[in-house]
Amino acid sequence: MYKKNIRIITRLDIKGPNLVKGIHLEGLRVLGKPEDFAKFYYDSGADEIFFQDIVASLYDRNSLKDIIAQTAKNIFIPITVGGGLRTIQDINQVLRSGADKVSINTAGLKNPNFIYDAANKFGSSTIVVAIEAIKQTNGEYHCFIDNGREETGVEVKKWAREVEQLGAGEIIITSVDKEGTKEGLDVELISQISNIVTIPIIVHGGVGSMNDIKIGIEAGADGVAIASLLHYSTYAKFNNSEITEHNEGNLSFLKNKSKNNSLKSITINEIKDFLLDNYISCRK
Amino acid sequence: MINKNVVIIDYGLGNMFSISQACSKVGLKTTITSDPNIICNSDALILPGVGAFGDAMKSLEQLNLIDTIRDFAKTGKPFLGICLGMQLLFNESEEFGTHKGLGLIEGKIHKFRFTQTEPKCIKIPQIQWNKIYFKIENAWNDTSLSGVENNSFMYFVHSYYAKPHDESLILSYSKYADLEYCSSVKKNNITGIQFHPEKSGELGINIYKNWIIKNK
Repeated sequence: MYKKNIRIITRLDIKGPNLVKGIHLEGLRVLGKPEDFAKFYYDSGADEIFFQDIVASLYDRNSLKDIIAQTAKNIFIPITVGGGLRTIQDINQVLRSGADKVSINTAGLKNPNFIYDAANKFGSSTIVVAIEAIKQTNGEYHCFIDNGREETGVEVKKWAREVEQLGAGEIIITSVDKEGTKEGLDVELISQISNIVTIPIIVHGGVGSMNDIKIGIEAGADGVAIASLLHYSTYAKFNNSEITEHNEGNLSFLKNKSKNNSLKSITINEIKDFLLDNYISCRK
Repeated sequence: MINKNVVIIDYGLGNMFSISQACSKVGLKTTITSDPNIICNSDALILPGVGAFGDAMKSLEQLNLIDTIRDFAKTGKPFLGICLGMQLLFNESEEFGTHKGLGLIEGKIHKFRFTQTEPKCIKIPQIQWNKIYFKIENAWNDTSLSGVENNSFMYFVHSYYAKPHDESLILSYSKYADLEYCSSVKKNNITGIQFHPEKSGELGINIYKNWIIKNK
């Protein structure tokens, strides 16, 4: 049987100039400067960096562009950027700042032709469609927009098929139910999607252990996006004294030097060793 | 700093910014332009590219760059095509109908086609880190891949691959599912690389430096 090389993707949620982390995409804690995290992950063997500007639809995007430009100077792995991209010009600006791929959610659901136009203009491999899924009481998964805040009524399976037809090169699927919980990925959601599309699938939301990553890959993921598990192992390494009260998000976690004892400290190297030991291929 | 004037062709498609960042990191000064005069007078030329083959040739044509590039290739100065830029070096591609390429290397661009079992696990495009390897010991000495170890991982994003008529021009091979294909090619001063060195870590970005230093 053919073995693909799994990508370990570090997911960095950005609010203003800061790296933040929430639960179910809400309740944001400031963890530090995104540039510090991105460089650290690059040096520790991450296969890709994913920046999500989580309030981009509400604020202007200058700090995100600065973060991308700063990162692209020192980091030579693929950089994907998402959050509030609504027009071809928005995409062009982010690519010109140094991103390699862009991720589209809200604008694509509101106007599916946007995905088609973007794929035509920049090439399928540049266009990632982000799907934010929440399980409904009838067992179906539905797509949400604006960081899991608004329901669209669109079924995830149907949308995944459609975005492949529209020319998306990749899908990143977030389980909003699991996001930030570290309870494990939503395996049912992943298998539903991986059974129906032939484009690569990145899974996100809920990774709390190395075994969770293995389970996600067995369900059909081509890449796994990891946030909390790595961020909480990493944030204490940096000098965060410059981050002040004026900045975005909830600072009490950093200020109180809170200990997050629920997670064992972990590195990308350890994750990759674990995968290789379990006969899952990856770059190392 | 390497004192060579490297030009990256800007034809509206692609990854020229990340290539320019990678070059500057390894000490190469680059200019991004579509001006034929600047291109002619450069010491070394990079043709980047992301997207569709037909559109790319059309853009090069509209910018009057096809003959400029062909003439440059004849000068013996280093010329490098990356990703779609590599594919454009060949005669033709079967991407959305048949399109003519620059015709600098004999051969054709084919689409990945696999017999798939359910669920379909061979993804197209190939988006992953994949290994590159040689078949003859020391094949990479004095090429842009010198210093790269056999079976090193590089970052790939593509749905099409090149098949040179003359297999001796193949610089490195890679394997996707059960298909062995050409992941880089070299014909005299012309080098084509399917993967993205600028996105393949420190190992990758050094390829740009060695391409200039080792050009023969």
